[in-house]
This record gives sequence, structure tokens and C-alpha cells, in this order.
Amino acid sequence: MAQLNAQGQPYEDETPEPEAPAPAAAAQASNDALDDLLAEIDGSLQVNAEQFVRSFVQKGGQ
Amino acid sequence: MRVVGIETEYGIVDPDEPRANPILMSSRLVAACRGWAGERTTRWDYGGEDPLQDQRGFRRSRASATPDLLTDAPEYDESAGHVTLRRRRGSWEDPAHLNAVLANGARFYVDHAHPEYSGPEVTSARDAVIWDRAGDAIALASAERYAADEGSAVHLYKNNVDGKGASYGTHENFLVSRATDFEHLARRLTPHLVTRQVFTGAGRVGLGPFGEAAGFQISQRADYMEAEVGLETTLRRPIINTRDEPHAERARYRRLHVIIGDANLFDVATYLKVGTTSLVLAAIEADDERLDALELAAPVAAVQAVSRDLALRERLELASGEEATALEIQRALLEICRTYATDAGDAAIIARWEGVLERLAADLFSAAREVEWVAKLQLLGRLRARHASDAHPDGLPWDDARLAAMDLQWSRLGDGWATRLAQAGQVERLATDEEVAAAVAAAPQDTRARLRGGIVAARPDLVDAAGWSTVVLDRETDHGHLEVVHLDEPHASRHPLLDALIGG
Repeated sequence: MAQLNAQGQPYEDETPEPEAPAPAAAAQASNDALDDLLAEIDGSLQVNAEQFVRSFVQKGGQ
Repeated sequence: MRVVGIETEYGIVDPDEPRANPILMSSRLVAACRGWAGERTTRWDYGGEDPLQDQRGFRRSRASATPDLLTDAPEYDESAGHVTLRRRRGSWEDPAHLNAVLANGARFYVDHAHPEYSGPEVTSARDAVIWDRAGDAIALASAERYAADEGSAVHLYKNNVDGKGASYGTHENFLVSRATDFEHLARRLTPHLVTRQVFTGAGRVGLGPFGEAAGFQISQRADYMEAEVGLETTLRRPIINTRDEPHAERARYRRLHVIIGDANLFDVATYLKVGTTSLVLAAIEADDERLDALELAAPVAAVQAVSRDLALRERLELASGEEATALEIQRALLEICRTYATDAGDAAIIARWEGVLERLAADLFSAAREVEWVAKLQLLGRLRARHASDAHPDGLPWDDARLAAMDLQWSRLGDGWATRLAQAGQVERLATDEEVAAAVAAAPQDTRARLRGGIVAARPDLVDAAGWSTVVLDRETDHGHLEVVHLDEPHASRHPLLDALIGG
């Protein structure tokens, strides 16, 4: 931990700690981002997933 | 690090006409790429390729080669010098629009029925990531140009399987010393290629070459590896490919062509795929006998076993009779490779390698920002769970078409789910968008790609064609012939004649 001066701020000659969010908050933000994307994926797949899969045909390569 | 390059064959689809001819679409895409590049492109020089040479020392007779091996022109010339003259051939048989050599030193062309981006030679794992992503950007720009030119859309997929039996490749090329015995190299590298899937796998819905069984596996390519070593790349695919086509001074170098890897959309996966393999090759070149203890009893079966082992606990039988998990083998390789980390770039690879192995061992999903198959599995798992019901308490079954569709759409360039996940800040990036944009326009500066890309960028009017180890100039001269500039040393980023033309 950096030493703090009387105002509760790090001394200027010290490297401040990186401002990382608390682990729980980061995990929550990550969950929210995933949930939004999941909702979009789910919605798009309701329409024609089967047909999409069936029509994805490639020739063999290397 | 050593000189490396990555080649990617993209899946190609016309979303409005699924039965459109992929060869025709691919060649139109290359034509669109040439249109996108404007003046700054040239043709491919087929003058120096020798795909019939085998690493094991023998050369196939042309008559016994299958047609897909015949990618060279007939006038292969062994006498590689500084600059040689070549007689003009009149019109070319190869239509120019099947190839585009670009200002960033890459080749964009049609390989079989796929568009392929062969990235320029780079000398660090991070640069491999940057010029690989540049390839995706170029492919996407070409697809946009295609839509404008052709009036129909084309979608590109950076994956390796269609789920109906077809597989197409993402290949790594590593420059290795010719002094290293090839049989030794193959035997000692195989355990790494089999077990590195735990961090290079892109994930796949479906088991078996045709997706015969429902389920999820770590690797796209695992079910298409059928042999330990061999020359083929499209049939009986081997873990170790033996094609001996160094595209460099044959007496000094081999080009190891690795075909087992997955296409990756995650930077860390690409970075570790190239970086760890280069370090293991350094251990092999140093004849490190510690590697022998890791030899697998049945490598081909182990490829599939590792790919299906989502818990990362399966014990693989070693040739010694002992057993080890893929993670344990990777951990042992990491310890051996510490000896061969010679610069800051290598040290960074070792640190990342160690960290990812620790995260995979401790809590799989803690590696979801780095390891592509883990991120895909996480998203698929949550999609399954959304649909849990009394009939399906575990959620969607693995053979539900929605999961297969999500797997395919994951890899679509531009708007695929992997890209969207990255845009949502859920994927760790090792290079910025600005670095990638710069790599779309310019070649790496520390290999011969600088010369190839540089002359294409500066004086395309003087270039007849270019290959990996040649630039063919077409200028006004007394002799009236084409001048072939030979670039047989991949590390050499300077050449007096080309530098003068690029600079002036």
C-alpha cells in the first residue's frame, strides 16, 4: 500500500496503486455484459438456428 | 524469437445463396481485395516453390503426386543467387485475380475452395498476433468491397469445421535449423502439439468428424488428425507435416509447417500457440533430452482424448509406461523451456504460459478472458441454462441447433459472438486496434517481409510478381529480361537494390 499524506492522498513521489475495481464489482460488471450479449444471442437464435446450421456447408481445405 | 508466420483459410458463405460456388466466391473476394488495395498489390511468383520435397529426405515423383500438391511452376531453379535473370513468359496461365501480394507483406489468395491469408514473416509472438488480426481486417475489408462490387453479401468465418465433415486449416510456420534431425524434431515436438490444445483450442460443438455425437470439445481440428507424420495436408492429416519447402536457404533452414492448430480469435490463444511452440523448438534444437520423458504412447488417440477432456483430468499414457495429464505435460514443458528464454519477449511468453496453466488448473472459468474454448463453453453453458425446464433440467441438450449455430456464428468476421464479446470488454487484448490498423498497411520491419511489402507499397509499377523468397522486377534494362531478386535469408530486412527503389 502507498503511504498516505495528511489529506489522505498518496505522496507524489510514490506510484499510485492502479485503480482496479473490487473483485466482486468486476465480476458483477462482467456478468451484466455477458447477460446483455446472451439475451441478444438467444433472441437471434430463436428465428432460424436450424436452417442456419444446415446451410453452413464448406468444402474441405488443408 | 525465431521467424514465424500464420496462414488462415476462412470459411466462406453467401448468406442469401447458401449453394453459391465457394471457389468462384473466393476468387471474386481476392479480386475485391486487389480492388481494395488499389495500385499497391502484385501477383504471386510461382517460380520457387517445391511442394514435392519431403522433410524426410526423399522427393516425390511428379507422377505419384495428387493434383493438390502441384502448386509450383515447372521451371524450378536450384541456383538461388542474389539477383538472377528470368526470361519473359508472355501471358500467364494463372489468372492474376487468384492472388494478391499486399503492402503488409502478406499473400491473400484462393486455396482450394477457401480464401486464405498468409501473414508476413514476424519475429515475435506479439507481432504474430498483430499481423494475424491484420489479416482478419483485410479479409473483412475485402468482403465489404465484394458487397459493393458484386451486389451480394459474403460472410467469412475464422473457424476450421463446418460440422458436416469438412475441415480447413490454420497453419503455423516456424523457421528451424536444418541441422536438427527431423525424426528427432517430430518425436519431441508431438507431446506439445497434442497437449497445447488446453490453451490453443477454439472450442467446438459436436464430436466426431461429422459431428456424429452430441457434445462439446476443446479443439476444432482434433477429430481430423489421423496420422503421426506425413506429407499430406488434406487427407490422412498428420500431427507433424513433413513438407520440406523452406522458402529459404535450404542448407541452413527448414520451415516446420504445423497444421494441427485451431483458428483463434483470442489474442492470448494465438500468442501462446506461436510463442510456446517456438520455445519448445528451441529446446529441440538444443537437443534437450529432458523432452524424451514426455513422449506419448499413442499420440493420435491422445489428440482426441485431450480435446474431449473438459475437466482437464484425463491421464495420458506415456511411452515410458507412466501417465500424465495434458496440464502436467504442459507444466513439464514450461519448466524445460525456461532454459531457452533468451530475451524479454520470451520471458513474457513464459510468464503468460505459467499463468494460464495455473488458472486452468485452479478454476477453468478464471481463464475465460484468455482461452477461447473456455469463453465459448462459458457462453454456451449460460445459453443452455437459460432454457432449463422440467424436461431439460440441464438446459438445452448439446444437439440443439441453437448451440451449433452459436458455435458457427462465434467465428464470423465483423459481427461474430467472439468479436462482440471482445467489444463488451470480456476478452483480453494484447495489441491495440491502432497497431492492427498499422499492420494492415505496412509490413514487419525486421524480416524480409519489409522488402516484399515495401516494394509493393512504394513501386508496384516495377514489380512483376513476388513470392516468399523472391521479388521479380520488370524494369527497362539493356538485357530486356525480368530480374529475380532472391530473398533466401528470412531475417534479412535490407537489400541494396530493393532499398534503393523503395527509398527513391
